[in-house]
Amino acid sequence: MSFDAWLPAAILLSSMIPGMMIFLLREESHRLRTVLNMAGALVKVGLVIWMIGGVYDGQHYETRWTLAPGLDLVLSADALSVLFVALSTLLWLVTTIYAIGYLEHSPNRSRFFGFFSICVSATVGIALSGNLLTFVIFYEILTLATYPLVAHRGTPDAAHGAKVYLAYTVGGGALLLVGAIWLQALVGPVEFTQGGILGVSPEEIRWELILIFFVLLAGLGVKAALVPLHGWLPQAMVAPAPVSALLHAVAVVKAGAFGIVRVVYDVYGVEFAYANGLLLVLGILASVTIIYGSLMALTQDNLKKRLAYSTVSQVSYIALGASIFGPIATIGGMVHLVHQGLMKITLFFCAGNYAESLGVHNVSEMDGVGRRMPWTSLAFTIGALGMIGVPPVAGFVSKWYLGLGAADAGSNWVIAVLVASSLLNAAYFLPILHRAWFRPAPQQWPQEHRHAGRMEIAGALLWPPVITAALALGAGLFAAAPFTPLEWATLIAEREYGR
Amino acid sequence: MIDALPLSVTLPLLGALAVTVSPAHARGLGLLTAVLTTASGLAVTSAVWSDGVLRADLGGWGAPLGIALEADGLSAAFLAMANAVALAISVYAGGYFKQETALHFWPLWLLLWSALNGLFLATDLFNLYVTLELLGLSAAALGARTGTREAVAANLRYLLVGLLGSMSYLLGVALVYAAYGVLDIGLVAEAIEPGPVAWTAMTLMFGGLILKVALFPMHFWLPPAHANAPAPVSAALSALVCKAAFYLVLRLWLDVFAPVLNEAAANLLGVLGAAAVVWGSWRALRAERLKLLAAYSTVAQVGYLFIAFPLLVATPPGLARDNLLAAVVLLALTHGFAKAGFFLAAGMVQKTAGHDRIDDLGGAAQALPAATFAIGLAGVSLIGLPPSGTFLAKWMMLEQAMILGHWWWLVVMMIGTLLAAAYIFRVLSRAFNREPAPYRFVNDARTELPALLLGMIATFGFGIAAQPLWVLLEQGAFG
Repeated sequence: MSFDAWLPAAILLSSMIPGMMIFLLREESHRLRTVLNMAGALVKVGLVIWMIGGVYDGQHYETRWTLAPGLDLVLSADALSVLFVALSTLLWLVTTIYAIGYLEHSPNRSRFFGFFSICVSATVGIALSGNLLTFVIFYEILTLATYPLVAHRGTPDAAHGAKVYLAYTVGGGALLLVGAIWLQALVGPVEFTQGGILGVSPEEIRWELILIFFVLLAGLGVKAALVPLHGWLPQAMVAPAPVSALLHAVAVVKAGAFGIVRVVYDVYGVEFAYANGLLLVLGILASVTIIYGSLMALTQDNLKKRLAYSTVSQVSYIALGASIFGPIATIGGMVHLVHQGLMKITLFFCAGNYAESLGVHNVSEMDGVGRRMPWTSLAFTIGALGMIGVPPVAGFVSKWYLGLGAADAGSNWVIAVLVASSLLNAAYFLPILHRAWFRPAPQQWPQEHRHAGRMEIAGALLWPPVITAALALGAGLFAAAPFTPLEWATLIAEREYGR
Repeated sequence: MIDALPLSVTLPLLGALAVTVSPAHARGLGLLTAVLTTASGLAVTSAVWSDGVLRADLGGWGAPLGIALEADGLSAAFLAMANAVALAISVYAGGYFKQETALHFWPLWLLLWSALNGLFLATDLFNLYVTLELLGLSAAALGARTGTREAVAANLRYLLVGLLGSMSYLLGVALVYAAYGVLDIGLVAEAIEPGPVAWTAMTLMFGGLILKVALFPMHFWLPPAHANAPAPVSAALSALVCKAAFYLVLRLWLDVFAPVLNEAAANLLGVLGAAAVVWGSWRALRAERLKLLAAYSTVAQVGYLFIAFPLLVATPPGLARDNLLAAVVLLALTHGFAKAGFFLAAGMVQKTAGHDRIDDLGGAAQALPAATFAIGLAGVSLIGLPPSGTFLAKWMMLEQAMILGHWWWLVVMMIGTLLAAAYIFRVLSRAFNREPAPYRFVNDARTELPALLLGMIATFGFGIAAQPLWVLLEQGAFG
């Protein structure tokens, strides 16, 4: 078999195999563990770059493996999967560097990095899933791999957060499974196909299909943190900072949002979903989530909790984009998949840095952190401004396209939602920036660890947020350049609508 | 070439004699026998794989007079699972038991193994009874090996229940013999026709087997017996002995009573299975001890197997029915590996911690990573999460249930799945705590690796490549 047929599997295994090997390492083998981690991450980056080029040229990569008769594991790369794969691969590399710095001197690192790698493999598997069965498989593996990461610290708090996380995600997984089996019993194996596969379904099963859509949506909505299924996300912030970064920007919530996009576009087909009113329901759910998450974020003093509610709100922009019928809004939703990832990971890295070097966990303690930690705070500022939608940061591009798309589709209420949400974003982020830059620093920080080097904090903790902030800025500034997220999202929209 | 069919029955028997004669070398001889027996068992399976159904008439006497052994795809599949699992249990037992306790373990264990292989290969209803009886006796004796009061009481009950079960089965066999004058499965199948005799015989035989397989509400004896036995014995009881009784139900269902069967009987079994799934899982969730949890989980897992019967009856012969049958076998085999792995790992946790109270297991994840992983992997299979064989099997069963419009089985199985997730993660969540421990993945290779390997086969082996099972079942097991 040619290499093309193995490329998706190779991308999956490039993190899976190092992960398995890391489990076997003794705790004190720091160097070997780092080498394995970085080698896996770099190999994956190389393979993904190869794949991006191929998919851009219209090349089709597919690995197909029969699990049992009638049940195929299909990994295939279309434009949409490449978008998600590229995001998770890039951010995995950055997060691995950050995690190595963050967890220095803490126990059980072999276990941590092992599950960390499996988690990213599962995310890549979700991105590359070519049918619903494969998607379900990796969706569940993701749950299994993230649970030990959330519980990692072993404190009663962590145990509780992990338990809540598990109860939600296993429940969601069960619903997704029910929906998938039901759908498959009705229409046979469900392969993800551009334009959907249900457009030609017979009239008499229409109601059943609509019902299944909501079962699937409920299953995916748990991970995507759609209200009222979002309860686990603020609880899960007890996890170590790199895990939060991963949960919020790369893996879990993205898996849910990505799944919703897949189901709408490549299973039901956007025209079928529109014609049967499914998009409207999704749009309302997403809008409610956007506003509710922002309102809740306003009331949180704990920085990570505020960021968590902000995720609840921001991830639903992706679902919102999918719920508006028209290519421009689709571009907005898809591009936000990447943009939100870049911005949110920056914010969580920064929150981790504040906690690590100053012991600052709450917004009310952040007076004057800007002068004390200028680089971290600069990155935080870029991320926060992007979340609000201030040009030229990436978040602006997402909101612009969503708004334009809504206007194009005649859904003016969506514009109202976007405006309200942006105002709320500003209301919960600007006070933080004001505190950080314009208020005097306290006499003493809650728990200060002075870094010995020249910089404000160790390089492994500083560079990741600086890089991701720069990328978030770059994705907005150079949005029209080739191979940006925007250009890629445009390609996806063209392929989804332009049959 | 030496015929592997009789060897896989006689080798463990000879081994049992050898360890009895020479107790000083019990461990060495036992392990040697284990390796040879597994080799012959797997040789049978691979021969069936490549050449089709195998048959050996012992002493040259064919049916209906002589004793015959036969292996088709179905028996070969169970045989392979049982021998692989039994080998892992043997290796584990070599590390688990001290010299003096090992003396009593090996002869009974090899006897049990011989009965097990005999049961999978026997072709005549009476010989099946003999193997069933031998299996029950050796199992109950092994289960009492811990010697505690609870263990002895539980296993005495197990013994009596087992005797009652085989008695009922034997009565059924006697009825069949009186009515048709033959005992060979093939010959009975040709002669049998619906009627009161066949009905009564079937009820008696299935009744006895259901007692032995511990289908709800006949499961009452299982949890104490399995939970109080030494870990390798618990593994054998839950993973193999129960599966043997189930194999027999399946075999009789498919080959003997097919013309007599109706939907009512199948639905009854299905309903009992559903009750077992819910009740067993619920009790597992409430269990205070790790091994008791595992034992109740077996009650639940047996339930899943019986849910297949109403589906099998409702599905017309053809590809869909073959897939369904294979899915059930896949479920049974995966559970065999997973439950054995779970019990073996639980035994290590119990031995290290000195107890198996779930609430006090903190730190196991740091102190015994390999055993914790084994429990986790086996747990993935017990819940039915991907990538395990159980996941594929459940997917196929549920898809067929939905195609038939029998959505209630989906509801039952999802409830069972969620409860299973709750009881497995209840264990795993207790494994984390803040105590730093010297992280070494494997601490005691002889006991931890078998458990880990069993868990990996159940989860990765069957979950990623279940296809070979279909090839094997092509040999005489599909309709």
